Amino acid sequence: MTKGNGIAMEDVKEHTGATSVEELLKMPTPLSSTVVEYIWIDGTMENCRSKARVVTKRVTSVDQLSKWNFDGSSTGQAGGEDSEVILVPKAIYRDPFRGGQHLLCMCECEDPFGNALKTNSRRAAAKIFEDPKVKGEEPWYGIEQEYALLDAKTNWPLGWPEQGFPGPQGPYYCAVGANKISGREICDAHFKACLYAGLNISGTNGEVMPSQWEYQIGPCTGIESGDQMWISRYLLERICEMAGVVVSLDPKPIPGDWNGSGAHTNYSTKSMRADGGMAHIKKAIGKLEEKHMEHIKAYGEGNERRLTGAHETASIDAFSWGVANRGASVRVGRDTERDGKGYMEDRRPASNMDPYVVTSLIAKTTILS
Amino acid sequence: MSKTATSAKASSFNGAALAQRRNVARKANSRGLCLKVRAGNTNAQKAEYIWYDGLEGQKEIMFNEMRSKTKVMQTPLPAGSTDFPMWSFDGSSTGQAEGDDSDCLLKPVFSCPDPIRGENHVLVLCEVLTPDGKPHPTNTRDRLVNILDKEINAEEPLYGFEQEYTMLGSDGRVFGWPEGGYPAPQGPFYCGAGNEAVYGRPLAEAHLDACIKAGIQVSGINAEVMPGQWEYQVGPVGPLELGDSVMISRWLLHRLGEDMGIVCTFDPKPVKGDWNGTGAHTNFSTKSMRNEGGVKAINDAVDKLSKTHEKHITQYGLGNEQRLTGLHETCDISTFRSGVADRGASIRIPRQVEIEGKGYLEDRRPSANVDPYTVAFLLLETIFSRA
Repeated sequence: MTKGNGIAMEDVKEHTGATSVEELLKMPTPLSSTVVEYIWIDGTMENCRSKARVVTKRVTSVDQLSKWNFDGSSTGQAGGEDSEVILVPKAIYRDPFRGGQHLLCMCECEDPFGNALKTNSRRAAAKIFEDPKVKGEEPWYGIEQEYALLDAKTNWPLGWPEQGFPGPQGPYYCAVGANKISGREICDAHFKACLYAGLNISGTNGEVMPSQWEYQIGPCTGIESGDQMWISRYLLERICEMAGVVVSLDPKPIPGDWNGSGAHTNYSTKSMRADGGMAHIKKAIGKLEEKHMEHIKAYGEGNERRLTGAHETASIDAFSWGVANRGASVRVGRDTERDGKGYMEDRRPASNMDPYVVTSLIAKTTILS
Repeated sequence: MSKTATSAKASSFNGAALAQRRNVARKANSRGLCLKVRAGNTNAQKAEYIWYDGLEGQKEIMFNEMRSKTKVMQTPLPAGSTDFPMWSFDGSSTGQAEGDDSDCLLKPVFSCPDPIRGENHVLVLCEVLTPDGKPHPTNTRDRLVNILDKEINAEEPLYGFEQEYTMLGSDGRVFGWPEGGYPAPQGPFYCGAGNEAVYGRPLAEAHLDACIKAGIQVSGINAEVMPGQWEYQVGPVGPLELGDSVMISRWLLHRLGEDMGIVCTFDPKPVKGDWNGTGAHTNFSTKSMRNEGGVKAINDAVDKLSKTHEKHITQYGLGNEQRLTGLHETCDISTFRSGVADRGASIRIPRQVEIEGKGYLEDRRPSANVDPYTVAFLLLETIFSRA
C-alpha cells in the first residue's frame, strides 16, 4: 500500500472493465483483502444467517479471525434492550461464490459475557466430543441429507403439475429423464460447491419422491460433522436462491403416499471398526433402544408426520433394528454383518434435525452412558 | 309477391341466379302479373334420426358409437309416434356395410321431443337393417324384441340402469385434471360440492335437463368417486324402453358435450392405477320378486346367473377385465359372487330387500360401455331359462 493519495496497482490482478452485474461479480479483489462470510444458526435452530466482513490480510487459519457480533433481536436470539450476540469463528472453508482467497466461516453464538446462547447447540456438542472417552473412540459420522425442491411462487414441488400430482412413486429414484427429474442442476452445482469449499461430500442421488434429492457428508470425526453439515446446508440455500427455487427440509413435505425426508446418520467408533466390532455395534444399538424416546425428541420437529412405519420408515413409537432392513429404526449393512465389523445407520433423524445435537447425543448414549 | 318471400328463397340461390330472379319478378310486377313464389313450410319439423354403429369400445377412447342425421318433415308427426318414415344411410361410412352394397336402412322404433332444438322437433331412434331388410349384425335390439313373449311380459320385468361415464377434455385427458398430472387421491370427490371437488357439473346438469325434457325416465345423477366421472340412472323401465332410453340419453350426452368442449367416454378403465373404473350396474326385478316372499325368486335368479357367468361377462362390455379387478368396489372378473350389501360382489342384494323379503337385485358386472339391449336381453334369457 502506498501512502498519500496514491493506490497500488500491483496488489490487484488486471481487470479490463465491467459493464454488467455478472461481470462486476467476477472482478478480481486485492490479495491483501479476504472477504469472510460469518455464518451462524438463528433462533429457529433450522435456518442459517450470515453476513460478510473484510479482513485486511491473507487468512489461512480460523485462529486468525476475530469475534464479531450481530443484532440478535432480529433473529429471535435476543431482546431489543440487550440485543448484541457475539459470533465466535469456529471453522473456515473456501467460498465458492466469491472464489479466490475468500472464505466461509462457521460460527457459534454467545452472549457478551461468553455464555453460550440457548440456541448454541455446538458448545454442548463440542464438550461431549472433548470427553477423553469419546475422543478415544474417534466417532465417525456420515449423514445422508435429504431435501425437496419447491417452486418459489407456489410452494409446490418443483416440476409437479400445476395444482396437481405426478404419477405415483416408483420411477423417480436415481432416475434420468425430463418426465422424472427436476432440479438436477441444483444437486450437481451443490456437489461441486461442497467439494470446492473443502467439505467431505461423499455422494448424491435423486430420491424417491419427484423433486426430492439427497447428498451425503462424511466420514467426519466428532464436531466436524456438525460444522460441515451446516455449511453444506448454507451452500444449498445459496444455490437455490440463485436458481429461484425454495429448498425444504420439512420431514414430510407432501402428506399422503409420498416419501418424507430424513437425515439418516451413519455412525461408527474405533471399536466398531476394529475386528470383532459387531459386538460393540450390538451393544450400542441396545443403548440406543433404551433411550429411544429421548433421542426421538431431539431428532427433528414434525418427525411424527414422517415416521409412520410406511415409506421405508419405522414407526416413531417403537424401536427396532435389522440387517438391511429399511423399515427399522437402526439398520446394519450386509457388508458389516459379513465382515463382523463396520458401522450402523440410525434412520430416525428427520431432514431438519440439528446435526450438532444428533451426533453428540449418539456419542453420549453409546459411549458415555 | 311479397318481399319476404323473395328473401326467404334468396339464401338458397347463388348471386347470379338471385339477380335473375329479382329481374324476372320486377318485370312481371311491372306488367301486373303475379308470380307465385313457393315458400317453405315454416312449421317444418326436424327429426333427428339416431342409430348406433355397434362399435362402442372398438375405437379410440374418445370415439363413441352414436350416429345421427336430420330429416325435415314437411308434415310433422307427434313426438312418441313410430310412424316416421324409413330412411337409409351409407353403411360403408360407419363400418356397417361394404361400398358396393352400402345402403343400410333406418327403421324408426322410438321417438321423443328434441330437448335441444325444442319446439315441435323430435329425436327418432332407429334400428338398423341390411339392404335386404333383415336386422343388421350390429342390431342388438331385434333379439330383445323377439324374446319378449307372453310369460316374460306377464312378469313385467323392470330395470334400473346406472350409467357411469368419464368426461374428457378436447386433448383426451380427463376433464378438469391438472395439466401433465393427477388430482389429489380419490376420497373427496364422490357426491362432492365445491370447485376443488367437482369437475364438469354444467354438462351433467344440462344432460339431466335434456333427458327430463325429452321425456326419458331418468331417475337421478351424482358425481362419482374419480373426479371428472359422473353417473346418471335410467329407470325403472321395461326392457325395450331401457335400451331405447339409454341409447337416446347417450346420444344427448355426446351432443351436449359438443357445446362444452367435453368428450364423454364409457371406457371401463380410463385411467390406470388407483382410480375407479366406470360401470353400468343394472338393477333388475320381476313381478314375482317384487311381491311378498319375492326373495325366493331373487335367490332363484342369482342361482341361474351363477351358472351363466362366462356368457354374460363376454357380452358385458369390451375392456371390462381392466375394471373388474377385485379392487375399487368390483368383483374379480373370473369370480361369481353374490352378497347382501356387498359392493365387492358380482350381484348385490340391497339390505332393504333382505329385510323386506322382496325387491330386486343389482348386477354389478356390466361395464359402462355395455349395450343396454344386450344386458336387458341376457338377464331375461338366463333368469327365464330361454337359452
